[in-house]
Amino acid sequence: MQLVLEKRAERSNTIALISPLIAIGLTIVTMTILFAILGKNPILALHAYFIAPLSDSYSLQEIAVKATPLVMIAVGLSLCYLANVWNIGAEGQFLIGAVAGSWLPVVTHGTDAGYWVLPAMLVCGTVAGALYALIPAICKVKFGASEILTSLMLVYVADLFLDYMVRGPWRDPNGFNFPTTAEFDPVATVPLLVSGGRLHLGAIIALLVVAAVAVMLGRTIKGFEIRVVGAAPRAARFGGFNSNQLILLTFAISGGLAGLAGIIEVAGPVGHLQPGFSPGYGFTAIIVAFLGRLNPVGILIAGLFLALTFIGGEQAQIAMKIPLDVTKVFQGILLFYVLACDSLILYRFRLIFPSPKVSSGAV
Amino acid sequence: MALFEAIILSVLAASTPLLIAAIGELVTERAGVLNLGVEGMMIMGAACGFGGAWLSGSVIVGALCGIVAGTLMSLIFALMTLGLAVNQVATGLALTILGIGLSGLIGAGFVGERITPAPHLYIPGLTDIPFAGRILFGEDGFIYLSLALVIGVWLFLYRTQAGLILRAAGDNHVSAHALGYPVLRIRMFAVMFGGACAGLAGAYLPLAYTPFFIPGMTAGRGWIALALVVFASWRPGRLVIGAYLFGAVTILQLHTQALGLGIPSQFMSALPYLATVIVLVLISRARTGGSTAPAALGTVFVPDR
Repeated sequence: MQLVLEKRAERSNTIALISPLIAIGLTIVTMTILFAILGKNPILALHAYFIAPLSDSYSLQEIAVKATPLVMIAVGLSLCYLANVWNIGAEGQFLIGAVAGSWLPVVTHGTDAGYWVLPAMLVCGTVAGALYALIPAICKVKFGASEILTSLMLVYVADLFLDYMVRGPWRDPNGFNFPTTAEFDPVATVPLLVSGGRLHLGAIIALLVVAAVAVMLGRTIKGFEIRVVGAAPRAARFGGFNSNQLILLTFAISGGLAGLAGIIEVAGPVGHLQPGFSPGYGFTAIIVAFLGRLNPVGILIAGLFLALTFIGGEQAQIAMKIPLDVTKVFQGILLFYVLACDSLILYRFRLIFPSPKVSSGAV
Repeated sequence: MALFEAIILSVLAASTPLLIAAIGELVTERAGVLNLGVEGMMIMGAACGFGGAWLSGSVIVGALCGIVAGTLMSLIFALMTLGLAVNQVATGLALTILGIGLSGLIGAGFVGERITPAPHLYIPGLTDIPFAGRILFGEDGFIYLSLALVIGVWLFLYRTQAGLILRAAGDNHVSAHALGYPVLRIRMFAVMFGGACAGLAGAYLPLAYTPFFIPGMTAGRGWIALALVVFASWRPGRLVIGAYLFGAVTILQLHTQALGLGIPSQFMSALPYLATVIVLVLISRARTGGSTAPAALGTVFVPDR
């Protein structure tokens, strides 16, 4: 018996729509088994993961707060992946955006700086993220160096740079020697949408980003070029599209969005710069991008779903002592199933039983 | 002299996991498969390798556990990319994410435990030769094994028919298939070899380098191993030079930190990663004439029938 792939005459739109759902279903089945192996009641665990966070307003807000950076980063990454270039260093661009954006609140701390501070911070974060992402893009375009490896290496560099800044020059003098900057002033903080809640202006910015990228992909020439370069590079060359320019553009946009997400996260939910403030948003966003089928609206839904698993994972840890690493396992397995189900869009699976008389020497 | 000897010994130790992981990935890539999950397979090898050694009390059992863990991880990758024709880059990333999560889960029980690290070779007389003795005849077994692996891979790739067929599958899978070679099966074995090596390389860290397990202890070594394969232009001999150069950079930054030159430690710690970027740029730039990469590297192959 043998599994054989058969190319479909054309891509299946039905499967394209339901493949993420199949993937989520398969992941949940796998997780049920994993919970049972860990000796936890799978039904209670799944409830803690997927239902409990939806049942109170605090958790719902928290899901939106966690989804904000995920969606912003993933929407940018989807442009790269659509163009078939691989920015996997979004985590580094996220961190650099956070560091660069924190410069103003640190130097204006305690002064009577006006309301220009926050907008200026967001600009700093975006520009820094974009510039940081342009390093691997330029290395790729100018020298042909693999953007996969260079963008990832820069994550470690960004992490160490952040660590240096908060332990060195920017350490809060009144912080009891903890590696953190001083708490940002109110003018340097992303305003809350509901007073006393958790939801902040970043969620609105994320929605605007989704809308902008959707328009760009669907309604502009650049968006068209990005899709053609990825889907049919030969056709793009005949069309005279400049693929190098598109690499630079998609990297700059994705880096800029990651940087913006970084400074919003620091100036919003966190409130100060400290090492380890990101639970790996830049990496989880890669999963979000694929689960959302590289489509802005899909990414919005996928981002909310993965945010749910973050919150669910925390609740399951508190309520049932399920280790936090289970969330990472969950996310990894989910990405596998998403990719496997995507294969169904282009191929049909067939089981072939070789007839016993013919010796199948070709295999 | 004693300091110099210590530096060389520590460079060899720091280079070995890179060399083992990279020689496995080199074979995988020579067969035309780009497995970016080296980091994930390595960290699983570290967790399972330490677990095996801690439970059994034997470093060899630990190393075998690491190899098995790496191979199993690579089989998931093979199923996805060879069986289901999924994009290799995305699958490799998924493998790394999964490996980091799973290793944290598996390793949680052993954090804080210690084991007796792998013993070093001792040949009376030879090992006692001043300076050269310790370096040539006083290493742990993994270091000799890593060099044996490189020689073995070189002999296999360039001196056997099977090696020639493997390289053919990596350079032109359509032709190799047309000649009747089982491209997917060849690639599966190549991926498994890469997984076994990555698992062993990961296991080296808690079994010989530091005698305990910390989550995320591979710290990007899997990615550096991937870069080393590019650095080596997919040739085993150059891999040795590359791995030892990188080991030297790692150790150099540790020693400079210890000297206290006033350079912030984070800048020195960033050195291996920055060096990787710079090396990739220089190597890729020097190669503008034509690529030495296997021609079919990273492309999906679905046999026609």
